[in-house]
Amino acid sequence: MNSDKITKGVLQSVSFIILLLAGGMFYSLVEGSIPAFREFGPGFIVSGEWNPRSGEEEYGALPFIAGTLITSVLALIISLPLSFSASLFLGEYYRGTRMAKILGSMVDLLAGIPSIVYGLWGFYVLRPFLIELGVPNQGFGVFTAGIILAIMIIPFATSLSTEIISMVPVELKEAAYSLGATRSEVAFNVIVPSARSGIIAGYILAFGRALGETMAVTMLIGNANIIPNGLFSTGNTMASLIANQFGEAGGLKLSALIAIGLLLFVITGIINAMGKFIIKKMD
Amino acid sequence: MMSNSDNKSIQSQVSRRKRKDQFYHGLMIGLSVITILPVILIIFKLVVEGIGQISLEFLVQTPPDSFEAMSATAAGERIPGGIANGITGTLLMVSVASAMAIPVGILTGIYLYENPKKFLAGLTRNVSDILQGVPSIVLGLIAYLWVVKHITNGFSALAGSVSLAIMMLPMIVRSTEETLKMIPVSIKEAALALGVPYYKVLLRVLIPTGFSGLLTGILLGISRILGETAPLLLTALGSSRINLDITEPVSAIPLLIWEFYNDPNMVDLIWSSSLLLMALVLFLNVTSKQIAKRKK
Repeated sequence: MNSDKITKGVLQSVSFIILLLAGGMFYSLVEGSIPAFREFGPGFIVSGEWNPRSGEEEYGALPFIAGTLITSVLALIISLPLSFSASLFLGEYYRGTRMAKILGSMVDLLAGIPSIVYGLWGFYVLRPFLIELGVPNQGFGVFTAGIILAIMIIPFATSLSTEIISMVPVELKEAAYSLGATRSEVAFNVIVPSARSGIIAGYILAFGRALGETMAVTMLIGNANIIPNGLFSTGNTMASLIANQFGEAGGLKLSALIAIGLLLFVITGIINAMGKFIIKKMD
Repeated sequence: MMSNSDNKSIQSQVSRRKRKDQFYHGLMIGLSVITILPVILIIFKLVVEGIGQISLEFLVQTPPDSFEAMSATAAGERIPGGIANGITGTLLMVSVASAMAIPVGILTGIYLYENPKKFLAGLTRNVSDILQGVPSIVLGLIAYLWVVKHITNGFSALAGSVSLAIMMLPMIVRSTEETLKMIPVSIKEAALALGVPYYKVLLRVLIPTGFSGLLTGILLGISRILGETAPLLLTALGSSRINLDITEPVSAIPLLIWEFYNDPNMVDLIWSSSLLLMALVLFLNVTSKQIAKRKK
């Protein structure tokens, strides 16, 4: 019996590591960003300046918060019809067929492609194509980054929606069919309303993914420290700024980058908690 | 009584609804195909551009310096050397990260499975879920603050491993809990009824029964961290030689791809390196799927 107590104690204390990790992460990010917040105050979040020249150092997070939100929202809008169609294909129209199996594993594969490979493909294949279509700035900018992000988040939105769509009770669908509804009418008037919260949760989690993507965005957004002023404007995101500027950072600049990391940590945390909360409420 | 014109309007309404249905059906198929088009295009590009560089030499040698690469390109030859430092670095960091994340993840998963209703378990589950959504670049910052600054006093393989381990941990926790939940309770109860100590029930009954599920989760976790670049830029930094000392900077396949991408003379190596990385990820994905399928 004594050994049982020890086993339980071990399990409990090991699982405490996750809480310690999360707490420690938050603490370290806050501690690291104190110099930046002390220097610039809460204005750090709303200032649009990013000037690392020593002597006149001035850091603000607004361009990167804006860049992150714009690219992620763009990605969400582009991926919405695609992943919605794919989840209807997988979860309703062709559920259980060979075709669905192939399509499903292709979508899964999208999640397996490393971010840097997406970046290379975006740089060498997508960007020349967009230049051809007349996209300015050598094809760099929030639009190009948004397209690549959209492709990257498709599997996250699709997998949850597919699961929820395939769980819609058959009776509901049959009732609608027996009234003479067509398949698309059933899809839009029965399946979507009853799977709505799951579909929304999937998109929220996918949005959270988009916010933190780094390499592919860095390679395509143009890395200009300005607030994007249009669909094809260049810009920078919080994640790609950290990746770009970290190498030569020290002192106040390092603290500013950590502060941006903290903001990113908090924003993605809130978005993910929202998504999980909706999923939990569904059960 | 239905008049002739009513009948006609119903017929036209039905055929309109049918056409609409067909339109949406076609649209759905079309958009679904567009969804998977990037996978095909990306893999096609990697194979076409990368296969020519792949050779035994590519796997066992370190990259040439920029000048050597430039003269080879100028002479129209294949760029000499390979990415052995990246392959060993990736293997080193993934192994160390797995050694840290797998035991903690499995034990935490067992704890969550055993205490589904406890407040502390619920909190741990939620925190683990949130941790899974933390961007990898932030994990790089954390490993920098903890390991680079305080433990190894410089960029190191250990720091890279820590960032990868934190990334992998929530995935293992989740897959362990989900796997154990699917094991019939009667199996565990039978063992307990025989008076077997609890730790033996875990080691001899629960873990072996759920082994393939746990393995699937682990392989998927590894395939996720294999291609990570961003956190390694902040932690492992990169190294031009083969290094197996975890307190020293080390390279990795994705880090090398990033270096090649930034060096115009080496840029021809990006596709072959990406092809190799993609092949590794694919291999792990397929293997884990096969294991999951055999379990069923």
